[in-house]
Amino acid sequence: MPVMPERSAVISGIGLSAIGRRLDRSGLNLALDAVLGALADAGLERSDIDGVATGSGYAVAPGASPVSTMDLKEALGLELNWYSGASDSTQMSALISATMAVASGQARHVVIFRAVTEASARRQCVEDHVASRVDGWLQWLAPFNAPSAANWIAMAATRYFREFGATREQLAQVALNGRRNAALTADAAYRVPLTMEEYLTSRMISTPLCLFDCDVPIDGAVAMVVSHVDAARDLRVPAIHIESIAGPLYGRDTWDQQHDLSRFAGADAAKRLWSRTDLRPKDVDVAQLYDGFSFLPVIWLEDMGFCGRGEGAAFVEHGTRIALDGELPLNTSGGQLSFGRLHGMGLIHEACVQLRNVGGARQVPDDPSVALVTNGGGPVASAVLLVRH
Amino acid sequence: MCILHCNGCGEWLHPPGPVCPGCLSRDLAPRQVSGFATVETYTINHQAWLAGPAMPYVIAIVSLDDCPSVRLTTNLIDCDPADVRIGDRVRVVFEQHHDVWLPLFVHI
Repeated sequence: MPVMPERSAVISGIGLSAIGRRLDRSGLNLALDAVLGALADAGLERSDIDGVATGSGYAVAPGASPVSTMDLKEALGLELNWYSGASDSTQMSALISATMAVASGQARHVVIFRAVTEASARRQCVEDHVASRVDGWLQWLAPFNAPSAANWIAMAATRYFREFGATREQLAQVALNGRRNAALTADAAYRVPLTMEEYLTSRMISTPLCLFDCDVPIDGAVAMVVSHVDAARDLRVPAIHIESIAGPLYGRDTWDQQHDLSRFAGADAAKRLWSRTDLRPKDVDVAQLYDGFSFLPVIWLEDMGFCGRGEGAAFVEHGTRIALDGELPLNTSGGQLSFGRLHGMGLIHEACVQLRNVGGARQVPDDPSVALVTNGGGPVASAVLLVRH
Repeated sequence: MCILHCNGCGEWLHPPGPVCPGCLSRDLAPRQVSGFATVETYTINHQAWLAGPAMPYVIAIVSLDDCPSVRLTTNLIDCDPADVRIGDRVRVVFEQHHDVWLPLFVHI
C-alpha cells in the first residue's frame, strides 16, 4: 500500500475550555481558552500558527458555531497562509482539511477549533424559532413537526429494533457507559450516576429514544494543533499521528431518502478509512464513536467492522465489552451523551488524551496506541484512525 | 398527489430538482400518483420542538406505491399512536395551510 498523505500530519497540541451548561461566556472567549491551551500544550507560539480551520456542521442550530475562522484570526492577530471554515462542512471537516493543508504544504501548523454556546442559546430557542416559512431540506421535515435529529434518528432506531429485535435495555448501555466514564472525568457536564431504572423511566423524547439517549447541549470549546510531522519533531508531548482519515459523501442528503432506513453513511466512511491503512478493527485499542444519540454508536460498531450487521446492540449488551477495561473501551470521557456535545471534535480530543496515556481515573489500561474516532450519523459520516508510535 | 418524474429515463425525483441525477435530463414534469403508501418506519414524538401540535403525535416515513424509491416524511393522523406498526397501509390526505397543502397520511 502506498504511503497515504495524511501520515505527514500529526496532532501536536490539544486544548479544552471550561465545559458546562450555561457558562454565560461568549463563544470567542471559550475558543480562546481552548486555542491558547492547545498552543501551550504543543509548545508553540502564536507566530508559529499559519493556518486555522473550524467546521459548523450542515445543520446549524443556534449557538452551534458562533466563532468563525475570521473571528479567531482577528482576536489573536494571526497571519494565515491558509484557512477554512465552510458553512456546509461536517463534524470532522476541520481535521480533514487541516490534515490536507499540512500534507500539501499550504500550512505548517494549523489550529482547528470548535466553540459552542448551545446551552445558552437554548434559552431563546423556543421563542425565536417560530418561522412562518422554511426552505432547503428542512422544508420536507419541519412542516410535519419533525425538525429535530432526535426524530430522524428515532425512526432509524424504530426500524432497526424491528429488523434485529434490539431493545431499549441494550441501547441504555451506551448511555450508562458514557455516564460511568463521565463520572471519572472532571470536565464532563453530567457526572451524577445513572441507573438502568432511571434510564427506563425517564421521559420519552421520540420513541424509542428517551431523554438519556440524546446528547447534551453545552457551552464550551475544544481546539487542536495539526502540524506537519517535520515541524513537530521536538514537541513537549507525544505526537499523535494520523494513520488514515476519510469523509466521503455517497448517499442522499437526508435520513428519509437513505437506501437502508436503519443505517446511515457510516459504512461508506468505514470502507474508505480501512482502505487507507493496513490496520484492522482488531488493532483498535480505544474507540470514540459519535454519540449524538445512543443509537449511533451501535451502528458505528457494525459499520466499522467490530461486529456484524444487526449485532451492534448485542455487542453493547451488559456494557462489559465497551467499559474502560473491556475489549473495546468506548467514549471514555463520557461522550456527547454525558461529557457534552462538541460536535465530534471533543471525541478527537479524548482520543489524544487516551493515546498520550494521561486520562487519569478514566485512562484505558495497557498503554493504548491505536484509537478510532468517528463523527456524524446520518447522511454525513467521517472517521479517523489515530496512532501513537 | 404529484411527484416529479423524469421523461428521459422514467426515474422519480424527490425532493424535486432541476435535473435528473440519473440521466441528466431536464425534461421533468410532475406526474400524478395514487397516494397509497406503506409505513417504512415511524416515531411517536413527545417533545415540543415547535409551538402548535398536540402531544404525542406520529411522524412516519412512508414509501409511495407508485414509486417505492420515493420516501416522504409525514404525519400519520386520526390514529392511536400505540397502534402504528411498520408495514401499515396508508393513503394521503391534504391539510391546507394558506397556499401550502401538506401531504399527511391516514390508515386505509
